[in-house]
Amino acid sequence: MSQTAPSLAALQARAETLGQSLPALLAQADQLAATVILGDHGRRRAGMGDEFWQYRPAHAGDSAAMIDWRRSARSDAHFVREREWQAAQTVMLWVDPARSLTFSGEKSRPTKAERAQLLALALSVLLLRGGERVGLTSDHERPRAGRAQVLHLAQLLTAEGETPADFGAPDVTGIVSHGRAVFFSDFLGDPAGVEAALGMASDRGVRGALVQILDPAEEEFPFDGRTIFESMGGTMRHETLRAGDLRARYLDRLAERKARLETLARASGWHYLCHHTGQTAQSALLWLFTALERGR
Amino acid sequence: MWMLGPVGFTSPLLLLGLIALPILWLLLRAVPPAPIRRRFPGVALLLGLTDDEVEADKTPWWLLLLRMAAIAAAIIAFAGPVLNPQQRDQASGPLLILMDGSWADARDWPRRMDRAAALVEEAARDGRTVALARLTDPPTPLAFQAANAWAERLNGILPQPWAPDLTAWADGLPEGDFASFWLSDGVDHPGRADLLAALEAKGSVTVFESPRPIVALRPARFEDGVVKITASRLPAGPEAGFDISARGLDPAGIERELARLPLTFAADETEAEASLSLPPELRNRISRFELAGIRSAGAISLTDDSLKRRKVALISGQGGAEGLQLLSPTHYLRQALEPVAELIDGSLSDVVLASPDVIVLADVATLSPDEADAIWNWLDKGGLLLRFAGPRLAASDVSRSSEDALMPVRLREGGRNVGGAMSWGEPKSLAAFTDASPFYGLEIPADVTVTAQVLAQPDPDLSARTIAALADGTPLVTRKAVGQGQVVLFHVTANAEWSSLPLSGLFVQMLERLAVSTRPAAPDAADLEGQTWVPQVMLDGFGALGDAGDHPGVPGADLARAIGGPGPSSAMPPGLYAGDDRRLALNVLGVETPLQAAFWPDRIAREGLEVETEQALKGQLLAAALALLLVDVLAALAVSGRLTGGLRNTAALLGLLALLMPAPPANAQTAPVEAQTNGLPDDLRAIEATNAVRLGHVVTGNAQIDRVSEAGLRGLGRRLFERTTIEPEDPIAVNIETDELAFFPFLYWPITTDQPAPSGATYAKLNRYLRTGGMILFDTRDGDISGSTTTPEARRLQLLAAPLDIPPLEILPEDHVLTRTFYLLQDFPGRYASRALWVEASPPDAEQAEGMPFRNLNDGVTPVVIGGNDWAAAWALDDRGAPMFPVGRGYAGERQREIATRFGINLIMHVLTGNYKSDQVHVPALLERLGQ
Repeated sequence: MSQTAPSLAALQARAETLGQSLPALLAQADQLAATVILGDHGRRRAGMGDEFWQYRPAHAGDSAAMIDWRRSARSDAHFVREREWQAAQTVMLWVDPARSLTFSGEKSRPTKAERAQLLALALSVLLLRGGERVGLTSDHERPRAGRAQVLHLAQLLTAEGETPADFGAPDVTGIVSHGRAVFFSDFLGDPAGVEAALGMASDRGVRGALVQILDPAEEEFPFDGRTIFESMGGTMRHETLRAGDLRARYLDRLAERKARLETLARASGWHYLCHHTGQTAQSALLWLFTALERGR
Repeated sequence: MWMLGPVGFTSPLLLLGLIALPILWLLLRAVPPAPIRRRFPGVALLLGLTDDEVEADKTPWWLLLLRMAAIAAAIIAFAGPVLNPQQRDQASGPLLILMDGSWADARDWPRRMDRAAALVEEAARDGRTVALARLTDPPTPLAFQAANAWAERLNGILPQPWAPDLTAWADGLPEGDFASFWLSDGVDHPGRADLLAALEAKGSVTVFESPRPIVALRPARFEDGVVKITASRLPAGPEAGFDISARGLDPAGIERELARLPLTFAADETEAEASLSLPPELRNRISRFELAGIRSAGAISLTDDSLKRRKVALISGQGGAEGLQLLSPTHYLRQALEPVAELIDGSLSDVVLASPDVIVLADVATLSPDEADAIWNWLDKGGLLLRFAGPRLAASDVSRSSEDALMPVRLREGGRNVGGAMSWGEPKSLAAFTDASPFYGLEIPADVTVTAQVLAQPDPDLSARTIAALADGTPLVTRKAVGQGQVVLFHVTANAEWSSLPLSGLFVQMLERLAVSTRPAAPDAADLEGQTWVPQVMLDGFGALGDAGDHPGVPGADLARAIGGPGPSSAMPPGLYAGDDRRLALNVLGVETPLQAAFWPDRIAREGLEVETEQALKGQLLAAALALLLVDVLAALAVSGRLTGGLRNTAALLGLLALLMPAPPANAQTAPVEAQTNGLPDDLRAIEATNAVRLGHVVTGNAQIDRVSEAGLRGLGRRLFERTTIEPEDPIAVNIETDELAFFPFLYWPITTDQPAPSGATYAKLNRYLRTGGMILFDTRDGDISGSTTTPEARRLQLLAAPLDIPPLEILPEDHVLTRTFYLLQDFPGRYASRALWVEASPPDAEQAEGMPFRNLNDGVTPVVIGGNDWAAAWALDDRGAPMFPVGRGYAGERQREIATRFGINLIMHVLTGNYKSDQVHVPALLERLGQ
């Protein structure tokens, strides 16, 4: 997406494109989020919040202002109206900016990066609507709640940074302790980075989900003949004379990688999802939402 | 040109390029297919994987072979290969083209003409002079002329229905050396060897022969109660079957196929025989046999009276009397007639009902008034009453004082005896027959004597009625006409009692001459001596029957010789010859005529008629090279793994290839089309036909053509409806034999070669139709210039239209009213775009008025329009309203279809409004007069 030389004209054109695509991404994310109906999000205990929780007889020490006079008037005792405790969670998202995510096996399919951004933003919309604080691990600002944060996140997600590496590792710098985290990547790079990040996150009591986003081409390896495979940045290359012969061994390695990610996630109490760009984003979003609910 | 088998090369040096192929092999083999670069994030997982095999860095052998084949094809293509190249002998000098032009040629005449035309054209190119002779013509001195002069005359040459006589041609050959081409019909004709020798003396001789077998019918004969017909073929080959169709007039006078019998040649046999058993009524109707599907005079066998068996009723006066058989009055008659006639026995009143051709009364004197009436009526309609005298007649009073209606003469009482025991004088012998007698020419045996007879009264017309007399002048046989029939009296008995006449062969011949019996076998010259036979029906070379016109009669003896031996000649063309009371058929092949294949010595260059046309292979080879390269593209993609789009792309490419292949022509629908209104009763048909304007097309019997005609007229009707005030209903199929024609203003008549000719009554109907303002559009559908006789359809049209009352025709002049009845047109295309369209000629005194664009042609709607542009096919619309047949190409084709439609509209306008547009010429004059 962004390998071109940063000439002024190209930059301008790209910026314009982005300016146009940002509302589109937002709208898409909104639309996607709207398909998930929010369940009750409360803590099921009395506390600070907007929702009514219960009436309780007034104790000694309750200030008169706390008494709900309308309820008390219907009986002889005094009642206090309690509200449900609604505490905001902090959810940190990491979307792999690496070049490997800019791959798409077919023109009609979105790239992995696009899908990751879409999922991340849709999840943000959902969470923000539920009153949580959402932030990006790479962001210098603290995670915030509120609708305005969506726009901020969207800008961050589509921002052009410096030319990224071919493969990325999760960034856990800004992660908040005992919060939640979701990592979006294809995890095709060195797994050591993921392990380290996950270990660090577990240490801080952070739990969350790993979302591995793959292109169907990566799952099927539909290549044949004499081929030179190159990574998206061109740093890595592999030449074969008969690509078809490599298919089985490639698929074995892919399965191995997936299994490794899954055990890693399970060991640290995380959830793991392998999502393909050929599938609908909605299923992944639902899974993510419930995964975050579960972990709560 | 360098030859390699049947293929020649125009620039063979280029073939040396093929040597480079092995080098190419080595070069190509060393280069592995180029790798594809792919961006693939999964490469991280691939690192460290190695290939199991390393074979693919060399091009696979089959791909190499494919490329070599493509290159080889291209090299060979540029070397200019030509299949069956014509080795043009640059022979100079005159060229003599001889064509047998006989009936045996007729079957593939168009191809022979093509060959001759090709020869003439080639000679024209080489600047050679040409002489062309049809050997069936009487020998004429040959003169060499410029080849171009022959090219035009060639179309007019038609095969003749007889075999050429080559003996005289050898002497009339032109002076000097020349090369000869002989288009032989494959049959050995007399004098062929001599002519060949004479030609060889002048120069090289090339013979063209058709490989197609010649099949011909011999005359049918009557044997053992069945009709037997023999066919011969040349050369003997494997088993082959043909159908013989027996044709004749049906009771309504329309010619039909009366019977059809299969005929099978056994393998390696040249002769085959088929027999046909038919009831006499049907058998007597057969006028010819023909081999179905072969257009040649040889495939037609005309029948004459020899097949017709007359019904003869024998009545004797001694009914029921016991007696010796040899004394029976009818014994000798029975003997003479049994083999050649159908005999009917019974009482007189019964046999009259069976309407026999002849009633023989042997010594029957008196008849009851009822019987006499019945016989009189039967005679009036053309019967022949043959009476024999005898003791009863001599003793009776019949025709004594006044002439009996059923007797030719009055008889004297008693008769006379001569040369008997009680009389003086010798038994009388017969006098020679006079030339007025039907017996003229018969030889009288010396031993025929008459001892007793009845005598005729010397009446004024006795001598006129005598057709045979004794040496002393007394009448022996007398005859008189009654109505359309005749009464003949033999003044002697029918047995040997009074004369030895019934014992002689003369008796049989006399009966034959009287047409009591029919000729049992071929007549010999003596039989027909002194008679003149007039041709009635004549065959042309293609086997079509035509009117003899004013062809002169031929002497009977010559005719008999021709029938018995050499067959027809230019003086005596094959056909049906009529004599006094009989008809004789002269067929192309006689019973005994030998049919032998012409043998050509090995030194003579021979060519099959199927000239293998020169065919340049360059295009095909280049196309093949291109196709191979296309396949190579696919294969190379497959090998290098780029053919990824899966099956879809492959299918698309294959589909593209399939599109490039020539598609097989779709089978024409041959479902028979029921003429839509044929089932309706006459009244309904009439109402149907008259409640709106309806166009009619003539039913040809060919379902496909009828369907096209119907669709064509429907399409034209639709256009008329859209564009003009004529709003025709659906067209009607018209059977010209049975349907009333007066309802149709316009008939479309497509000509097919196998169309049966209408009957005489139908021609009368058609003529009435044409005279009363109907119009027929004849369409030969061959795109040929009508009026020439070069195509089978045009010849069929000539034959069909000959009896029609058609005025003189001319090619449509530019100012004809047809060019402006609705649209302004100058071309009249259909599916073909021939310009020639024949219409009634304008009157010779038509003149162009001052300042007028047209001549002053006022009256007359042309009754016929004749052309060959296959208009119906251009007009034809299918059920969905889309054109049924392509016309021309692209836009120009659609334009042609449009003009064809406009012609149709103009034509119908012309039919319905007549010369209205011609009258418009006078409008300025009328307006001027009104103004004054």
